[in-house]
Amino acid sequence: MGFSKGLAPVKALLALEDGSVLEGEGFGSEGETYGELVFNTSLSGYQEILTDPSYKGQIVIMTNPHIGNYGVNADDEEAQHPWVEGFVVRELSPVVSNFRSDMSLDQYLKKHKIVGIQGVDTRKLTKHLRDHGAKRAAISTVELDSKRLVKKVKDSPEMAGADWVKAVTCKEPYDFDETLLHGYEWPEKLGPKPKQYFAVCIDGGIKKMILRKLNQHGFRVKVVPAHTKAEEILSYKPDGVFLSNGPGDPAAVTYLIDTTRKLIGKVPIFGICLGHQILGLALGGKTYKLKFGHRGGNHPVMDLFTKKIEVTSQNHGFAVDIESLPKNEIELTHINLNDKTLEGMRHKNHPVFSVQYHPENSPGPHDSDYLFERFYAMVSHHA
Amino acid sequence: MPKREDIKKILIIGSGPIIIGQACEFDYSGTQACKALKEEGYEVILINSNPATIMTDPEMADRTYIEPISVDFLEKIIEKEKPDACLPTMGGQTGLNVAVEAYEKGVFTKHGVELIGARYEAIKKAENRQLFKKAMEKIGLDLPRSGFAHTVEEAFKLAGEIGYPIVVRPSFTLGGSGSGICFNRDELEYRARLGLEYSTIHEILIEESVLGWKEFELEVMRDIKDNYIVICSIENFDPMGIHTGDSITVAPAQTLTDKEYQRMRDAGRKVISEIGVETGGSNIQFAIHPETGRMVVIEMNPRVSRSSALASKATGFPIAKFAAKLAVGYTLDEIPNDITKYTPASFEPTIDYCVVKIPRFAFEKFEGVDDTLTTQMKSVGEVMSIGRTFKEAIQKGLRSLEIKRFGLGGDGKDKVFEETLETKEKLVEWIRSSPSRVGLREKIIHYITVPKQDRLFYIKYAYYAGLLTEEIYRATKIDPWFLEQIKQIVDLEKELLKKGAEGGRELLKKAKQYGFSDRQLAFYWEIKENQVRALRKKRGIEAVFKLVDTCAAEFRAYTPYFYSTYEDEDETIPSQKKKVMILGGGPNRIGQGIEFDYCCVQAVFALKELGYETIMVNSNPETVSTDYDTADKLFFEPLTLEDVLNIYEREKPIGVIIQLGGQTPLNLAKRLEREGIPILGTSAESIDVAEDREKFKLLLQKIGLNQPKNGIAFNLDEATGVARTIGYPVVTRPSYVLGGRAMEIVYDESFLRKYISQAVEASEEHPVLIDQFLEDAMEIDVDLIGDGKTFVVGGVLEHIEEAGIHSGDSAMVLPPFSLKKELVDELILKTKQLAQELEVVGLMNVQYAIQKGVIYCLEVNPRASRTIPFVSKAIGIPLARLAAKAMAGKSLKELGFIQERWPRHVSIKESVFPFIKFPGVDIILSPEMRSTGEVMGIDEELGRAFYKAQEAAWSKLPLGGKVFISVKEEDKPKVIPIAQKLSELGFLLVATKGTAEFLRRSGVKTEIVLKLAEGRPNISDLIRNNKIQLVINTPSGKGPMLDEAKIRSLAVSFNVPCITTINAARVAASGIESATKGNLEVKTIQDYHRGLCTTKL
Repeated sequence: MGFSKGLAPVKALLALEDGSVLEGEGFGSEGETYGELVFNTSLSGYQEILTDPSYKGQIVIMTNPHIGNYGVNADDEEAQHPWVEGFVVRELSPVVSNFRSDMSLDQYLKKHKIVGIQGVDTRKLTKHLRDHGAKRAAISTVELDSKRLVKKVKDSPEMAGADWVKAVTCKEPYDFDETLLHGYEWPEKLGPKPKQYFAVCIDGGIKKMILRKLNQHGFRVKVVPAHTKAEEILSYKPDGVFLSNGPGDPAAVTYLIDTTRKLIGKVPIFGICLGHQILGLALGGKTYKLKFGHRGGNHPVMDLFTKKIEVTSQNHGFAVDIESLPKNEIELTHINLNDKTLEGMRHKNHPVFSVQYHPENSPGPHDSDYLFERFYAMVSHHA
Repeated sequence: MPKREDIKKILIIGSGPIIIGQACEFDYSGTQACKALKEEGYEVILINSNPATIMTDPEMADRTYIEPISVDFLEKIIEKEKPDACLPTMGGQTGLNVAVEAYEKGVFTKHGVELIGARYEAIKKAENRQLFKKAMEKIGLDLPRSGFAHTVEEAFKLAGEIGYPIVVRPSFTLGGSGSGICFNRDELEYRARLGLEYSTIHEILIEESVLGWKEFELEVMRDIKDNYIVICSIENFDPMGIHTGDSITVAPAQTLTDKEYQRMRDAGRKVISEIGVETGGSNIQFAIHPETGRMVVIEMNPRVSRSSALASKATGFPIAKFAAKLAVGYTLDEIPNDITKYTPASFEPTIDYCVVKIPRFAFEKFEGVDDTLTTQMKSVGEVMSIGRTFKEAIQKGLRSLEIKRFGLGGDGKDKVFEETLETKEKLVEWIRSSPSRVGLREKIIHYITVPKQDRLFYIKYAYYAGLLTEEIYRATKIDPWFLEQIKQIVDLEKELLKKGAEGGRELLKKAKQYGFSDRQLAFYWEIKENQVRALRKKRGIEAVFKLVDTCAAEFRAYTPYFYSTYEDEDETIPSQKKKVMILGGGPNRIGQGIEFDYCCVQAVFALKELGYETIMVNSNPETVSTDYDTADKLFFEPLTLEDVLNIYEREKPIGVIIQLGGQTPLNLAKRLEREGIPILGTSAESIDVAEDREKFKLLLQKIGLNQPKNGIAFNLDEATGVARTIGYPVVTRPSYVLGGRAMEIVYDESFLRKYISQAVEASEEHPVLIDQFLEDAMEIDVDLIGDGKTFVVGGVLEHIEEAGIHSGDSAMVLPPFSLKKELVDELILKTKQLAQELEVVGLMNVQYAIQKGVIYCLEVNPRASRTIPFVSKAIGIPLARLAAKAMAGKSLKELGFIQERWPRHVSIKESVFPFIKFPGVDIILSPEMRSTGEVMGIDEELGRAFYKAQEAAWSKLPLGGKVFISVKEEDKPKVIPIAQKLSELGFLLVATKGTAEFLRRSGVKTEIVLKLAEGRPNISDLIRNNKIQLVINTPSGKGPMLDEAKIRSLAVSFNVPCITTINAARVAASGIESATKGNLEVKTIQDYHRGLCTTKL
């Protein structure tokens, strides 16, 4: 438990491409940062969000006004370091109170040179993005002239059409073997299974929790860079291939779409988030940008077979267009009950399935863990 | 799954009277359930003994039984109505308990009634500690370690395994007596011996102590398809060891990482599944060790609860309404989210603000009560407040509490031990000197180690005295995150004091964002509240209103449910419609409860009918008025001038209704009028006439009404002088009172001296009022409705107890049962004259006493009274609803109510007291109101109605057995006929020597029993051994007599009905007689109302 002193206030500006500018107080690192401004409605899990590579290129607003309360700890990272471009909160906690905490959020962001801003009307911003769509934005503690900052934002790159995967994927293949954090395993009855099968994970910006879940569910895991060729992947003789989550516009990651197309029918495939979109594109479908995306831990998804509802963790700005999918080959398996967008699909003839949301959660509810079991079952069926 | 078609008729069980631990929240849930099920086309039957509820309004259910909530009456209703199903999860513990008992007696099986919402097995598993423990072990969840011991040696052995500190809980005792915490072997030896003795089966539970652990709650729901959602997580500011009802609680949970939160969410799913709640909501409590993170399950409630009402208001997700729909077969995805309309209910609300609940206590009402907060709930009400941050919410909550505070101190009301800091100078001086004061730090640490209602304020003083967060944490175990929030408030207060009004715009804005009220700022800057307001506006700092929308703005919201904060964007969209603002009653406390919420809700209904847009303002999360479904717009806000003005200025209603929410909004009357806000109904001027002593005197003189002799005293000498002039006994009270606070009947000068010096501290600002006490007078309440020209009396209520007992505590009968017709006519005439003078538009209540045929007017309240819902239900006329329409300009003629109505049936209102929660407190009735709730007994005949009322008030009269009689000297002749009657009815009479000999001399056979001091076995032993079925004990009148007070208190602890006035004893005897003679019947309120009234008495 740490008892830190109040922070010396640093003035900061948050500017949007449409000219909106909010003044607040800087925290974390000082400096200037650009990205697509998006909001996340999760009440807990800011550390997992900060370190999720899918947020590459984005500045994240947390809608929960109190952030930083429980600090940051080594166990809850989804990557070695945060990937967000910037962080916007209503109020940073003046103190850290949690027995697992290693450092404060402020210290952590300083350490990793992430610029944050607090003291702004995050609800107003969220409503703005909801009504007008995600926007390019900047946070700055150095450029305090509103007009100049807005101009700089307008000159910054767009999210659509950009391949951010190459910025986050691993450089070299590596093996991964980790258990879930002791005391927080789920489902509890499931200890780590003997690692009977071998999965190759194509890293589009993969979260650690996905890898841990694959390990837990009986997979030896090798992670390979996103540009790895299909032949090389098959040369590892995997029992299954996993297509990971990741940032940016899926349509821009053409090499990964090609690779995936070549793998379909040759090996069982499971995709999550970006992986799901890549599969959609590889199967001849289209993707489109959602107005403001789904980011939070409370979206209801229906499994169209069991008709059961899962409360899901979501983080995506693009979606697969249901109408664009070849109906003779693809079966829809999951649907978002809020806006009826596609949440899951499977191939009718090949061992291929995917979901748009995050069954590994982290942060978010554990309702969808059965998808890892489904992958295991599919792989064992084809092994 | 669509709704079930195999059931048509559903019986809902209500929760009965308001008691500690069970308040308006079950009117809120029950009303939602009635509405939801009717909406689905089911025929709804309701049983609830509490007339002050919206759910018992004749149009809420199809058939409404205002009858005692007992298995007997439940079965009578089932026999008559033959429902297909019973929903027992809406009526709190009362509803659940009676359902369990009825199930075990085979009532449901016999009549083919299915329990929906929660099955019997599920209820048992959740409620029985052993079964619950087993169930939790089965699903691998951790609980506090425990075991049973039957000897001290076994206790030592268990304690050794578990580790100290441990809690000892004797099995099967009353009210948790004999339990306690032990930190070492010596303490355990003492506690174990005591506990084994207390336990009727000589068994004690030795349990690991989780005192000081972090406490959390989850509000969860599950449907028939096993869909599971968490509506809200709640973190307690006060750690384990204080009942959650007495804790400050916060939503959402603040100090859990996602990993920790999800572990708890998973545990919640396992619990609700294993317990077997298939369709509905539950509340599950957890404790987490602050240093190791170990999580244990504490308990679960398989029903809607106080916390679920809070969670519903905190998130905008109506748990009870949806629970009712799930109970008839719907699944969560089939129910649309009310607020967003286009998204389903099968999601988890997320919020972008902070919600704080603060309990409201009433210890000042109970002399000698232990005011330490423990695992037994003692608060009588609560407020909820919403802010963007905890700091804002906690300060808003404190000013909502109706304890005359305007935030976390700095309002001229700070009091550190004996020192009052009523000026800025004193506060500044105290802050300056406190770190160097000898012993202050230790004294404060010592004080905050024991949780009391004012601990929050002492945490503030602790910071000023130089204590560190770590030290305060060690003393209180309140999470440092919360403490640091308090510290931020303290630090800003220091800055505000230092910089003054010229501190700049940013500082002012920050202060408002930290929840500081204009009143606090006015205190710091030594200017007037309205000057702060003007300054604020000049600097462009005004409150904005944000929506509660279940989704943190992700989707568009359609339900206008708002809270205020200080940020950039305001989300209200004031319409062009004609609007009326209704001010609610704030937190429940003694003297101000659900009755006023009932009236406010009626006003909303009425004004909606007239086509007005209704705006509700209130701070009490338990209520129907704060259901966003009730008014067109809901502002969940404190009821202070500042907060009300903010809303007024934004919405610009045509006027404000202040006379329905009790004293809280009434106190704002003058100030609102001064601000130019139109007050609908009776003018503020008339209200002032009724409240101002001199003006009131003139009014009565004008009408020719007697008033008890009275005077006013500003110091002790004056008081004794006034009393001597009036003549003892006198009634004394401070000038401004609510619910008879600190009112006392004083019989002699020595007691008066004690009262003045200790209880009230008379001063220039707070004089003491002294009235002649009318001995042996009867008391009458009259409720009237007026439109300014026409006045109609709604009801004349005769008290059963004599004058001198607070009207809120008396039993009342409508129509009057012993008053002569001429006197009734006279009362009606005088009441109408008063109304004429005051130009009453709306409601008015007058209290009279009649002594030897002479009428005295005691009090005039030109506002809704506590009795309005009762009278409305007795006569079948919704008085508050008509009153609201009158305030909106309708005449009574247009409303069709111009003639008094006298029901042919007898309605009795009986009060319910919290004495069982306050062992040792004397239960005698006095001018100080102490009841928390009320019930209604209706029947064709007085005795039967009284019997029903007693049973409904958890004080069921016996039909045989032993009666203990002990009355004061003056009452002895009066008790003879009562004793005779009871004797004839087959009761055995027992009395102490004096009374027994008196009764014997009068020919009544009576046994003698020893007084407490006379040896053993004495009366106490008889009560303890269940040998006494009824106690009739009238207090001797001159202050608390130790012996008799003990007997009364003991009777309450052992659930023996205890009657403390002769009049009540008389009616009770006839009630017993009626009940012995014939079977008690049940009848719906709709049937009573149907053509059963006449216009003649």
